[in-house]
Formats: sequence, C-alpha cells, structure tokens
Amino acid sequence: MKDEKIKIYINDKPYIVKSGQTIMQAADSIGFHIPRLCYHPKLSVEGACRVCIVQVQGMNNYVASCAFPIQDGMKIYTNTPELRQARRDIVELLLDNHPEDCHTCERNSNCELQRLAMSMGIKKRHFVGEKKHYNRDLSSPSIVRDPDKCILCGRCVRICSEIQNVHTLTQAYRGFKTVVIPAFDEDLAESVCSTCGQCINVCPTAAFIEKSYTQELFEKLNDNSIVKVVQFAPSVRAAIGEAFGFEPGTQKENELVAALRKLGFDYVFDTQFGADLTIMEEASEFLERLQNKQKLPMITSCSSAWMKYLEQFHSDLIENISTCKSPMSMMGALIKTYFADKIKRDKKEILSVAVMCCTAKKYEAARPELMIDDVRGVDIVVTTREIAWMIKSAGIDFVNIKGKGFDNPLGLSSGGGAIFGVTGGVMEAAIRTAYELYTGETLIEIELEELRGFNNIREGKIMMEGKEIRVAVAHGLGNASKLLEIVRKEPDRYHFIEIMGCPGGCIGGGGQPYAGSSSIPLDENVLKKRAEALYGLDRNKTIRRCHENPNIQKLYKEFLGRPLSSLSHKLLHTHYSAKKPEGILPAEFKVR
Amino acid sequence: MNNKEFVIILCNGSSCLKNKSNDIKNELIKQLEKNNLLSKVEIHLSGCLGMCAKGPIMIINPGYVIYGNLKVENIETIVQRHLIKRELISEFIIKEDHLFNRFFRIFGDVNFFGRQMRITLRNCGIINPESIDDYLSVRGYEALAKVLNEMTPAQVIEEVKKSGLRGRGGGGFPTGKKWELTAKVEAKEKYVICNADEGDPGAFMDRSAIEGDPHTILEGMIIGGYAIGSQKGIIYIRAEYPLAIKRLEKAINDARAEGFLGNNILGSNFSFDIEIRLGAGAFVCGEETALIHSIEGYRGMPRPRPPYPAQSGLFEKPTLINNVETWANIPVIILEGADWFSSIGTEKSKGTKVFALAGNVVNTGLIEVPMGITLRQIIYEIGGGIPNNKKFKAVQTGGPSGGCLPEQYLDTPVDYESLIKAGSIMGSGGMIVMDENTCMVNIAKFFLEFTQNESCGKCTPCREGTKRMLEILERITEGKGEVGDIEKLERLGNMIKKASLCGLGQSAPNPVLSTIKNFREEYEEHIKDRKCRAGVCQRLLRYIITDKCIGCGLCKKVCPVKAITGEPKSIHKIDETKCIKCGLCYSKCKFSAIKKD
Repeated sequence: MKDEKIKIYINDKPYIVKSGQTIMQAADSIGFHIPRLCYHPKLSVEGACRVCIVQVQGMNNYVASCAFPIQDGMKIYTNTPELRQARRDIVELLLDNHPEDCHTCERNSNCELQRLAMSMGIKKRHFVGEKKHYNRDLSSPSIVRDPDKCILCGRCVRICSEIQNVHTLTQAYRGFKTVVIPAFDEDLAESVCSTCGQCINVCPTAAFIEKSYTQELFEKLNDNSIVKVVQFAPSVRAAIGEAFGFEPGTQKENELVAALRKLGFDYVFDTQFGADLTIMEEASEFLERLQNKQKLPMITSCSSAWMKYLEQFHSDLIENISTCKSPMSMMGALIKTYFADKIKRDKKEILSVAVMCCTAKKYEAARPELMIDDVRGVDIVVTTREIAWMIKSAGIDFVNIKGKGFDNPLGLSSGGGAIFGVTGGVMEAAIRTAYELYTGETLIEIELEELRGFNNIREGKIMMEGKEIRVAVAHGLGNASKLLEIVRKEPDRYHFIEIMGCPGGCIGGGGQPYAGSSSIPLDENVLKKRAEALYGLDRNKTIRRCHENPNIQKLYKEFLGRPLSSLSHKLLHTHYSAKKPEGILPAEFKVR
Repeated sequence: MNNKEFVIILCNGSSCLKNKSNDIKNELIKQLEKNNLLSKVEIHLSGCLGMCAKGPIMIINPGYVIYGNLKVENIETIVQRHLIKRELISEFIIKEDHLFNRFFRIFGDVNFFGRQMRITLRNCGIINPESIDDYLSVRGYEALAKVLNEMTPAQVIEEVKKSGLRGRGGGGFPTGKKWELTAKVEAKEKYVICNADEGDPGAFMDRSAIEGDPHTILEGMIIGGYAIGSQKGIIYIRAEYPLAIKRLEKAINDARAEGFLGNNILGSNFSFDIEIRLGAGAFVCGEETALIHSIEGYRGMPRPRPPYPAQSGLFEKPTLINNVETWANIPVIILEGADWFSSIGTEKSKGTKVFALAGNVVNTGLIEVPMGITLRQIIYEIGGGIPNNKKFKAVQTGGPSGGCLPEQYLDTPVDYESLIKAGSIMGSGGMIVMDENTCMVNIAKFFLEFTQNESCGKCTPCREGTKRMLEILERITEGKGEVGDIEKLERLGNMIKKASLCGLGQSAPNPVLSTIKNFREEYEEHIKDRKCRAGVCQRLLRYIITDKCIGCGLCKKVCPVKAITGEPKSIHKIDETKCIKCGLCYSKCKFSAIKKD
C-alpha cells in the first residue's frame, strides 16, 4: 500500500504522490516547504507548535501537516491569506513570550525562531504582554538551561527520552507557566542528565547551550607565566569548517592547528595521539581479559556521556567496562607528566585545554578520579562551537588561513586514531591492533565495512588464529541500552563492544556547529559527510594502525614501559562506580 | 418492604454529606432507639437525588413525603410527629418541587418524570448504591445476561448503532460507530476505558451517577468489552471523588464475587475485568489522548489524531473510550431496545442528557432531560426560573468552554446540532444560568482564566493565545480597554479555535466569542464609556455621595486612600482621581447615601 500512488491537490494544482505519507512529507516530496518548528524527522510527531498548519477542504479546523495523513483526492491549501495570518499570529505569540535580546543571544543569526519570524513577515506586534520568567540553571558543568528562551517545542524532551533513553527532561506545570525541567525541578547537575548535549543540538533557540568557558580561556591565553597546551578531538576537524561556511565534510585539521597557534597556544597536540594510546591500552586489556578468562564482553569507556549514563542506569555492568581513560584524559595525563618533564616545567605551570565536539567532556574533565596527583589532566574543555566563536572573536581569518602541522611528540597519529570520531571507529582501530598483538601478524583488510554506517546496532566477527571474536557497536544512549539488554540475556554473545553516547558518535556530539538554515539538526547527510572526512583522513595516512605510530612506540620505550604497566595504570586507567543522582533519590536520602 | 412500617430514604450524595447528612442519620437512629421504633423503620442511604440546593433530603415512604433543609435538631420532631403521631410536618416539606414529586409519584414507571426523564440516573436515589442486591432487584445485570446468552458482539454493536446514542462527553460522536471501528481492528489486546475525569467547574453529573448507581457503569463497560473483544476495562476517575471511588471499588468487588466480572462471566467464554486508575485532577485529562497518556504514566498531554484511540490507544492497542453517562445508557438500550431509545429525543440526538443546573436559578441541581427540550423549559419549568425577580440574561451550556446564549436563544432545543448552531456546545453537561447582575465581559474572563490555567501548555495557540486574550479581557475590565481590543479578541479567538491541538484549545475561546457576538455593546461600554452596566467590574465603578449624606464622617475615616473630603455635618465628596474603588465607603455608610454608578 505504501508504494501506491495517489493524487492530491496542493493550492488547486494536482500532484501524484506516494500514499501513506503525512501532508508535510508529501509536500516536501514535491517541493513545498511548509514552515515548521517542533517537527523533527528523527523524533516522534509532537504536533505542538502549530506552525505547520494547512487547510484541508472539508475540514473546519486547520490540520497540523506534520501529523495528518494524505488521502486520495485531498485538497490542501498551504498559503491562503487566512492561513498566513493564523501562522503569522502563532509565531508572533511565540515571540511575545520570548526575551527580545537577539543581539546578545548565543544563537543570534543561527536561530530557528528568528528565521521563522523573518519568513512569516512579522512586521508589527499586536499582542505584547507578560513574559514568563524562570531562573537559568547554571548548575551543570556542561549544559545551561535557560527556560526564558524556551518555546516549548519539546524536541529536547523527545531526544532525551526517545533517542537517548535518559528521560531527564519533561514539561511541567500548566498553561502559561509551562516549562521544561528535570524531574522534581531539580538542578541539572543533580538530575540524571548524561551531559551529552543533544538537547542543545535540537533546540531551535538558546534554551539549551553549553556552559561556556571562553572568557576564562581568553584570560588564561594572555597569561605569559604559564605554558598553554591544547589538544583537539578527531571530529572537531571534521565539523569546524561548517561554522565558517564550508560544506559539511570539509576537514580543517591543519587550519585549526594554525588558528589555535594564532589564538595564543604554545603547543597544539592531537587527541588522535591519545586515541592511538587508548587503543594500545584497550586492546591489551581486551587480550588480557580474553586470555585470563576475565569479565567479557569488554565495553569501551571513551564516551563521557555514556559513562555517566552507565553509572546511573546500568551499574550492574561496571565490571565489563574497560578501565582505560578516554583519549582526552590520557592526553591530559601525559601533558601534565611526560610532556611537562620534556619541557622541564612543573605541571602546575601548564594550562591543558581540550577542544571537543562534546559537552560531556566538560563533565569528564572535572571528575575527581581523573586527577593527576593534585591537578587536573585537562583544565578547560571548550566545544567546537566555542572555539569557532573564539577564532572569529579574535579576528583570525580562518577561511584563508595557511595550514600548519601539530607539535610533537603528542601530535603524530595513525588513521586508527582519526576514525575514533565516528561510531564504529574505536572498534575498527582496536581490531587492527588487537589482531596483530594476538596473532603476531598484520591485519590486511583493515576497513571493516560491517561496523561502518549508522544502523542502530551493528555486529561483526573476526577470526584470530581460529578463534572467533564477536563484536558489536551501538551509538546513542537509547541504542546502547538496547544492546545492553542483549548482553544481559546472552552474556556470551559478544567479546567486545563499542558504545558512543551520541548519534553518529563524536561527529554528532553536543558541541558541534549548529545546523545551518539549509539543514536540520542531526541531519544524517551531514553526519555522513563528517564521517567521510574522518575515513578520508585514515585512508590518506601511511600509518593506519595505532601500534605503528612511532611516537607511541617511543612513549612506551622512554616512559611507560609497556601497555598495562604500573605507570600506565596510574596515569591512563581509572575506575567507575554506581551513582544515584540526587534528583532521583527519595527525599530522606537527600543532603540539603 | 417486609414488616417495616416506614422506609426512610436519606440522600447520601456528596452535597448532602457535606451538609451533615451523616449526623442526621446518627440522630435518626438514636431517636428511633429511644422510641423503640428501630424494628419498624428501614433506613436506606441513596445516591444523589439531585435536589442539592435543598439538602439534606429525607424521603419517608409510604407517601413519598420529602423533607428538606434538615438540621439535626429537626429529627426528634420528625420522629415524634411523623412517625409516632403520623402527621405531616408542613414546615419541612419541600414545596414548588415538581421536579421531585413527579419523579417519585410515578416510581415504578421508569419512562417519564414530567419534564425530566431519567434513563442514566434511573436508579439514582432509588437503590442503595452499595448493594449489588438492590441493583439486581431493578433488573441489574439483566442486559449483560441477555447480551451473553442471546446476542453476538456484532448484534450488540448494531443495537447501539440503531439506538442513535452519541458520546455524552461533549463531542457527540456516534457511540455505535466508535464501537464498530474499535471492534473492526484486529488485535489480541484491546482496552475499554470509562472516562470519569469530570473537570468542569461546578459539574457533578458523572460523580453523582457513579455515587448513585455504580453497577450501571460496570455493566455498560462489560457489554462494551464483549462487543469489541476486549478483556480489560479501566475507569479513569479523578482522585477528588473519594466517595465515588469507594463505591466503585465496592461495586467491582461485589460484581467479581457474583461472577459478573472475571473469568467466564456468567458461565460464558467471555472474560473481562475492570480496574480503577486515579487522575490527579487535570482538566485536560478529560481529552481522550491526554487521558490515555496519563494512564500510561506520562504527563497528561494530548497528541494529534489520527491515529484515533480506536486504532491505536492505550499502550498502542485499540481502545474504546466512552464517558460515564454514555456507559450508563448501554444497559437500558440493550434491555428496552434501540427502537424504544431512539423514540426519545430529536432526529439526530437521541435519548436524554444529564445537566448540572447551576447559577442564578431557583432549583439548582442535577437533572436529566430528553433531548429536544428547550432551554426555556429547563430554566423556567424544571429550574423554577430566576430567583429574586431578576431578569434572565444568559445561559451557558457545555462547561467552561461553552458559549453564552441570550434571551433570543431560549427556545433553542437542546441537541448537539442546535446548540452548535446557536453558538454553544452540548459539552459534558454544565448549564449555568445568569441573571441581569452578571457582567458578560467578566464572565468571559472567568471562564478563560480557567481554561488558560488548565491548558496543558503543549500547543502554542492555546498556551500563549489564551493568555493574551485573558490579558486583553483583564485590561477591559480594569477600565484600560482600547479601541481595537474587541477585534484582537476575535482575531486570536478564531485562530485558537481552528489551530489548537485538542478540544480544550479548540473550544476555549467560545465564552469570549459568544459574549462578543451576543453582548457586543457591553464590551463597547466597558472600553469606550468605562462603564460596567452590571456593576461587577470594580475598577469601572463610580461612587457618588448623594444628598442623603448627613456628614457623619465615617466614610472619610474608613477610606484607605483619603479620597473623601468634607466638613462634619455637610455633604462629603469623593475625589474620582484618588478613589481606588474598594467599596469600603459604600459598605460602611449607614444612611445608604453612597451610590454606585
């Protein structure tokens, strides 16, 4: 029935379209873009904003085109004067309850509400009145919630529950007082929020933004008494170009290195080096578990949102989690020890900054378990968006900048490190190395197609000296919980699992550039292009296996000894523990 | 009635309970014991009798003598004079009570009670709602037995369709068609839901129906379950109705014990059970998709339809939702037949409708009338007209989102289409009568305030639009109205009606739009002349001291803003620019020298 063709009329012109679609889908397919706001193709249909209303002949009321199915012979009107006024009034009503501080707003010039107001042609305001006011929630190290900017489209609520399965957010109270809050109106910091930042990605306004550390960083960059070191994640280079008007998928590794130097950093290192190191430790840990018949499947631990989520909701599986720190935190540890020794400076004199695609890394960097003696491995985490703003704010011409290479020794990386940024990449890189460590032979077919792509859960197999190793990959916390259910039911089904907290992996992180006017948040085509940028980096490298990185080899020789050595354990490994956020504790257990 | 000489029925509805009918019962037992009459009198607690304005109510049989407005101290008199001396006590007898006397005079003939006609409330006040035996004695569960023994599910649906019954929750969708749609969907699991989330301010139709006759609802639902192939029923009722919940729980337990609920009902292959879910009291949860979300454990917010609950409802299973009154009609339709049922009412609206008659009317209370009766008959014949010789101004039907109809609509027949044509709705059965002292702008503001507070906040027009309308109305009633405000109200109101997600938003502007349509001049007076003809809008009042003033100075003393000046023993004056219209001077003046204008 789905493929059946039917005839509909839009504004009195006949069109043949596929049946089984909503009015909006059908209109999209023939080039009518009906204005919309709460709709998102990856999320359930909310029907809340009423911006996408159309008139259908024979129906008294307007219908929400995002929800209403087409029928044969249906006569749809998308642009009558009456409808245009109704739509205009609806958007005006949203503006009337929205702060008018566009000039100073984070989302200025990249705001869906602004664009919508423009396209509705709102020139005059008729219904100005009281505006709601709630305090901003600044409690989380990662995410700021600003209810005054919220227009209640419910996308954040839906992505948090439907895609991420975290259920931090809900609408609360009624009527004009309606607001999106964590359960029991607790602070975000005390809620179950995984800090993944997907709410920021889908928010049409600035009701959710990252906790910004740019001012602090600008100040530190002017401090000549400290050594300023920065690292950036693989997926940052795959996306930062978008913030400067480049097509999605344009990788800007060298340009970013050059821009960071111009910003005032003394050393620019590559988180991909940390990724190579993670693979050395993680592959070794996996083989140790395999050989000593310890807890399997082993599950990766590099995604910080995933780790917070696991500690809160799946703590029964903590033993399955690799003890490896994330590449960022391994880098932080090395910068404050190995590198500090090299430049003969005290670790307290080093400012370690990480540019991440991720808001959860801000939370991770503050974890007490990750302290190196009494200092943090990473002092400041800024997102792709924040660094793009800083580059613009500092007047650096990113578009025409001449690219530069990383500093060493922590700047050289393999192709395996590059693909860390896309779902399935860690597993692919780990297999490349684990195979060789186990068999002593080099793996030739290193592009593992079955682990690539964006299917929710992907499985793969590899034969190592006649032993079948079964692996699985999940991206997004909702898919992660589904995969964990499989693990609980069939504990022997997999040996090794990769989980990334965000859809698409780090390339879809909560700190990546906002969708522009021509795309939608988390557009799969954009994610594909970012992924392709990282696969391209991998293909163009001569060193594609992490263990072949000569600087990694040198690091072990000079400093760490071997993977899983006691120094490795001290600097590169950590532990996790079950957590119950205060927000979901019964009242009698709360510390107040 | 075995060896008893008297059967005393005490109304045990919520309203009478509030008026201490329990104390009256205790006192009665005490007095009977004292006079050794306990063995000769049967005491009977009934559900709501509908005469709430005159409660607590006591009916003594034989004779159908109705005593009302009782106090504990009256009981001794009743026992002494009525039971012992056998004389009527005229001062306690409720007069001008055609509503009631007729109802009881024809007790035994359940077809007609004069202007009223009790189908859904047929047992309310007659049986003990906590006794399944009482229910059985009035042909209770006979319809269920008939359905299980003689009818196929398709025949049941056909009968309901033929009856012409339409949803009593407000929408008026043909019930039989709803059943048919749900029955048609093939699914292993289906649900039957009774919507008892009565949220209209001042409405108590559903509560009284459940309190008075809970088994009827259960019987209707079981029949519905049989017809559509469901094994599970849920009653969604607001937690604020503890007595109704208690009686439902008892009724469910009793019905289970007697084999009307549970596995293999009455020895058939059909199994069905019912559970109660409590709502936290959100008005919007009366909307079916919001109600379903609430049962599922989510925030009660509506979602777009289609898909309709018949296709994908509770837990995404086909679900049949009807409201209390609709369910209560089912056993009667089965027993008496669709032909009989459809002989009552108008061409498109069959059967009866229960209303909670309230406001400026002599007989407030619960009434059940045949469809097609006119508003005038309800207000003047059943309701007894407007008290205190005031003039009728408007009647609002359909709860907080209904329209306000003026005098010229009084001969409108009460049916779904006519009310819509007149600019109001049937709704779930609220009916509020307003006299000349009502300010129509203020009343529109009152209802809009309710719907704005109860908006779930999901869709923009309802959440933001009603707020702006309310602000404009507040301005107008405070004397700050502007030319163009009426047009803004109409512009927003019409948009909200057509663009909102659910019925709440789609009907919220009705009170405003209908009062603008029917009482536009009152709006204009408020805006242009800064005048409220009903004298309700405080801020628009002008207080003037007339020459009745003897110059006592009391008003000057009580005025909180020192707006009154004047020498002792001379006529005082109010400074208009300082006056905050608090009315204190007006209420304190002992010589009625201050007048409102």
